[in-house]
Amino acid sequence: MATASAQPAVQQEVNPLVGGLERLPVHPTAMTIFGATGDLAHRKILPALYNLAHDGSLPERFELIGIARSPHSDEDFRDLARASIQRFSRTKPDPDVLDALLADLRYLPGSFDDADVYRRIGQTLTEFEERDGQPLNRIFYLSTAPQFFPVIVTALGEADLARREGVETHIVIEKPFGYRLDSAKELNRTVLEVFEEDQVYRIDHYLGKETVQNLLAFRFANALFEPVWNRNYIDNVQITAAEDIGIERRASYYEHAGALRDLVQNHMLQLLALLAIEPPASFEANRLRDEKVKLLESIPPPTPRDVSKVALRAQYGPGVSEGEPVPGYRQEEGVDPHSRTETYVALRLGISNWRWAGVPFYLRTGKRLSRKVTEIAVTLKPVPHLALKTEGSVGVLPNQVILMVQPDEGVSVSLGAKIPGPRLRIRPVNMEFHYGTSFMSQSPEAYERLILDAMRGDATLFTRNDEIEALWGIIDPVLSVWREDTRSPIRQYAAGSSGPAAASSILLPGNEWRRL
Amino acid sequence: MNAIAADTNAAADVWTEQDTTPAAIEEALRDLLRVRHAANQGLAPARVLNLVVVVDCDSKQEIASRLRRVGRYHASRTILCAVQPGRSTLDARVVMSYEQPEDPAGFGLIREIVEIDMGPDHLDRLQTIVDPVIVSDLPTMVWSPHGYDQTFEALSELTDVVLFDSDDEPDVTDAFSRARSQLHLSYVVDLAWLRTTPWRERLAASFDPRQRRPALYEITEFAIRHCVGASASALLLAGWLCSRLDWEASALSATDADTFEGTISADGRMVELRIEPVEQEAPGLAGVTISSAVGFSLSLDRGPGGLRAHAERDGQERTWKVLGHSRGEAGILGEGVRQALLRDPTYGPALAAAARFR
Repeated sequence: MATASAQPAVQQEVNPLVGGLERLPVHPTAMTIFGATGDLAHRKILPALYNLAHDGSLPERFELIGIARSPHSDEDFRDLARASIQRFSRTKPDPDVLDALLADLRYLPGSFDDADVYRRIGQTLTEFEERDGQPLNRIFYLSTAPQFFPVIVTALGEADLARREGVETHIVIEKPFGYRLDSAKELNRTVLEVFEEDQVYRIDHYLGKETVQNLLAFRFANALFEPVWNRNYIDNVQITAAEDIGIERRASYYEHAGALRDLVQNHMLQLLALLAIEPPASFEANRLRDEKVKLLESIPPPTPRDVSKVALRAQYGPGVSEGEPVPGYRQEEGVDPHSRTETYVALRLGISNWRWAGVPFYLRTGKRLSRKVTEIAVTLKPVPHLALKTEGSVGVLPNQVILMVQPDEGVSVSLGAKIPGPRLRIRPVNMEFHYGTSFMSQSPEAYERLILDAMRGDATLFTRNDEIEALWGIIDPVLSVWREDTRSPIRQYAAGSSGPAAASSILLPGNEWRRL
Repeated sequence: MNAIAADTNAAADVWTEQDTTPAAIEEALRDLLRVRHAANQGLAPARVLNLVVVVDCDSKQEIASRLRRVGRYHASRTILCAVQPGRSTLDARVVMSYEQPEDPAGFGLIREIVEIDMGPDHLDRLQTIVDPVIVSDLPTMVWSPHGYDQTFEALSELTDVVLFDSDDEPDVTDAFSRARSQLHLSYVVDLAWLRTTPWRERLAASFDPRQRRPALYEITEFAIRHCVGASASALLLAGWLCSRLDWEASALSATDADTFEGTISADGRMVELRIEPVEQEAPGLAGVTISSAVGFSLSLDRGPGGLRAHAERDGQERTWKVLGHSRGEAGILGEGVRQALLRDPTYGPALAAAARFR
């Protein structure tokens, strides 16, 4: 009889059973959620875990520990988790799956700086491993207010929970990662004193969205666009993330964050990076992130003197949204009546490399705008010579490629086409592709994808330490100038409008904002 | 054209015509789309997959009902050909259903179902009937759940994917033989294979931890339990393990249509293989047991909310639940439609091994 040792070592390294499977195995895992009773856990993390269980994507052994300050029992937390999942799950919960997921869940109440909490975490993890008869990979998911990130990381290190022989330990850190460049660097230092970089998963849930990932497919799976994807053909790029809602009871967070930190520093700059990076050698995590960092480091941060020319902030005032009168930002519950926090940002950036030199990248985001839309509009340069007459028509307009992220997901390309009739008149038409028409499957929630990736150890869709510092480095000068300017009035725009008219002041001559 | 309903509040537009022609059906499809799109530019036709289904006339409603229950995995244009003995003309009904977008600025999907009643004589010239009606440039999947094997030959030039259910065939040997022949001509999606997916995933996961890997190369016994009528699924699962581990599949002895057993050679070792039916309401597989010479054995059995796992290692026993919601037969058919767009390189080798068991 052959023995196991007779098998070549390489053969035993690779699991021969995974070939052809869509759902790859995940190592048995115990996940500890800090901030387990918070809003994010309630709305996103717990429902995502349920959906992974529903689809059979969780590892064969999966243990869950919730940590928060509220004094709940295991049973209380089980009830809270059940209610969250029933309310927010993407799929209708199967009671049998839900019961089984929550059956062995543990809740450890306590303060995040209490060493006893970490001793009990270690003890519970050991109990799980003894009961399961095998070592479990460990995920520590920090879903708390950001001031607790360094406290928890340090305590995990002191409790000797940051690494363990024979298993992988990963830490998932929610945004915001830092408040400014210096605090991001400080947090990176604290985290990397305890964990290795390859253990750290800084989450930006935008990267878990299918359409954001599809930017890579659009760029690198289509020969059609690559030849024109440069300064020779592209006139300008506009990235818009408009929301029609206000701050929705998030005053305490938003007053300290503002639109620049909330959306531009992370989501919008990530979109810019994916749109503009050079082709990576492979889509292995570090190859892709190397290219993103290279791109982000090619964006010159605005100088303090230039901030007023390239960046504009504003706040929504009272107005009408969807036919109903709505208050202005300063009238929202929990907001300082003299608040200087921006709810709208328009920003002009450039990229100093051969591909993009001279092409303006415009970013704008705002709350309480006329509609909800996230899109990237790439406007090509006009044709160099126009033989066609334009009289009697809107004429030949530059081609645009619109990458729609939400609410509709797809790609639209505008082309000039002849208007039917005896004369050769041209008007733009759209060639549209919607994901919903071409794929049958429903996209999984971004959190499902990201949690699974963190369990698998795939960091491709997470932000690396140098990347996060590069992101902060771009907006830090703007934050500094705006913080120091305590006297200029903050521009107001009517809620339900398309934003402040002054946003046009940052545009280069000949450019105009795309209509929302 | 004799009937187009273009009420903007309706959820479907319908056209019907007796004694019609493929050209008239194709024109009706274009007209319905034009009218609907003019009424609401936010509606766009799904453009993923053509599904051609050839069924007995008496079972048309049952198959239509199964297709309606597949959840989100609908083909974009379904052409349901119902064969009625004695019929010599074509009757057709086109239903263009759509979801009104909730947001006036959003968009909704249009799906098209074409029902064509035809006679047995039409089957030999089926391509000339179906070709004008499918959406060009989309992959076309063909399913003939009630026999009518001439369908595959008649539509061979149009077919990218064939949908089979080897569990539905009265004789599993014939089922595997047909699937192997078809594999040379097109991609095959076999629902019997898809019933094994969660089991393959769980077995792969069970041996994924490095410390469990040696047990994989020391397997001495593999038992598969299945619902009566699902022996094709069970044989395919056994064939999969054989092909993934380079075992030499050889004929098993069959005590009845659903029970097989025998010993096969696995890299110099012998592995006992047993496939047996058990009482179970749900179609498909019921459980598996793997035992190895290194003191490890694992059983997975279907249960509410997932699979009940029972492992023995070095004399210690553990039982737990592997979480997962059962897809049900409607979900498996939906998965079959979705698989038309994917390519699984492991089915062919598993099928070849499974065929050698018979």
